[in-house]
Amino acid sequence: MEPAADPSAVVGGVGSGPPLPPGRVASWRAEFREEGAVGALIAFLSTIVVFGLIIWFVVHSETWPQVRDQFLNRQDFVDSFPDVLSGFWLDLKMFVVAQAVILVFALVVAVIRNLRGPAFFPLRFLAVLYIDLFRGIPLLLVILLLGFGVPALQLDGVPTDPRFWGVTALVLSYSAYTAEVYRAGIDSVHESQRSAARALGLTQWQALRFAVLPQAVRNVIPALLNGLVSLQKDVALVSVLGIREAVREAQIYTSRTFNYTSYMAATVLFLLASVPIARFADWYTARDRRRRSQSIA
Amino acid sequence: MTGDAPAQRLEVRGLRKVFGPKVVLDGIDLSVAEHEVVAVIGPSGCGKSTLLRCIDLLERIDGGSIWLSGEAVTGVGVNANDVRKRIGIVFQAFNLFPHLTVLDNVTLAPRRVHGQPKRVAEDQAREVLDRLGLGDKVTDYPDRLSGGQQQRAAIARALVTGPELLLLDEVTSALDPELVGEVLAVIRDLAAAGMTMVLATHEMGFARDVAHRVAFMHEGRVLEEGPPATLFAEPREERTRQFLKRVTDAGRL
Repeated sequence: MEPAADPSAVVGGVGSGPPLPPGRVASWRAEFREEGAVGALIAFLSTIVVFGLIIWFVVHSETWPQVRDQFLNRQDFVDSFPDVLSGFWLDLKMFVVAQAVILVFALVVAVIRNLRGPAFFPLRFLAVLYIDLFRGIPLLLVILLLGFGVPALQLDGVPTDPRFWGVTALVLSYSAYTAEVYRAGIDSVHESQRSAARALGLTQWQALRFAVLPQAVRNVIPALLNGLVSLQKDVALVSVLGIREAVREAQIYTSRTFNYTSYMAATVLFLLASVPIARFADWYTARDRRRRSQSIA
Repeated sequence: MTGDAPAQRLEVRGLRKVFGPKVVLDGIDLSVAEHEVVAVIGPSGCGKSTLLRCIDLLERIDGGSIWLSGEAVTGVGVNANDVRKRIGIVFQAFNLFPHLTVLDNVTLAPRRVHGQPKRVAEDQAREVLDRLGLGDKVTDYPDRLSGGQQQRAAIARALVTGPELLLLDEVTSALDPELVGEVLAVIRDLAAAGMTMVLATHEMGFARDVAHRVAFMHEGRVLEEGPPATLFAEPREERTRQFLKRVTDAGRL
């Protein structure tokens, strides 16, 4: 539920830290580069031994047949999968909508927080208040408050669809974090860049738009991708509102059959979505770091 | 702040600037005629850079007045953006925008501030970049360029809008010694072409060659000014003598 506990730390690590030694990358190729053929062979064999032992102990434990029937039952998987999959499709749609709104709304909040001049004090104050508030409240609580609380007011013209309020809760909570990520990015752009832009006659807004923000956003893309991975999972929390997304569908199946394989079906789907994003984030961050160190040299 | 509007290109009267308890500029008077080149010299921390930043309205001033082409640019009701449009400034650390190509750096102000169409702005930018020897670098990003090339690109960015006044803030101080020459050559050409300039510099030899007038600053004041031949050869003030002696001893003159 915390995409980036300390955005400035993330940014600092990306922008200014020394490049990680290549040995930190877990791949056969990296091992090969570092240690040669013998190293790669050792890495391969030790992996086989370690994972072989783990699997052997698991499947030979007394409770394994029970675990297998409860969590990894083929028939239950086949039976529950279609419903879980259609629920997951809803998860993906909510994720995409929420993420798109978050990226824009958080940027607006971050820009407001960075406005200069006494006239903007009330706006700045509101932005800080919003960020403090929604970073301080557990996401689950926001979902419950909005999803059950607001429709209960029965106000005219206010949507009652739990999906709407679920996504709204995700947007409000995540935008507070993401705004801080953007702010760290804006702060990472040196003041002299703003001076240079203002010296050319650009207004405060133009300086931000053309000189500061493009650099700021680029500096925090790894942190933003990290938030993406996190949101992709947290979408499942809206199931508490009774929305029939993947986790809810799995739960329904479980309550009917007392078998937990449907949860594993949901697990597989979430992993299939989040692992590629996480790998992409890693790849992008590594490439970005290489580029920066090149341009310095 | 009343009185006759000065006919000079730049007129600074009684300029004061304080940072907290520190008085950085303590009543600066300076006037620069059209086509004139004035070099501001003095020890580090004497306020040279702050003076230039104040003239470009990048710092709020705490007293005095600044006039550009006979027009007061300080005081109530002045749009600082409109003033900055008419002045070019080049910084010690170049301050090019790293996410933009050289061409985009140079066309940013013409397009966004002066409302020129993209084509016109780019043609003009190419012309200026050509003149400064960067014709083959237009599509490069600043971090691919040497320090001297970056600083010439920054000069092109300041020049392209045809400013009434060009401010140069120790533009060679961040350069490797072998790259200083190419930047000074550009400035020399600009002076020959009649550009009105105020340059803060540590290059005494260059100041002597190019400037029509040299102003020596010390602790936020202009202690003495005059033609370079006079000021360098027979300075009136003891402080000026000491400063020039230190510079000469360091082999910079």
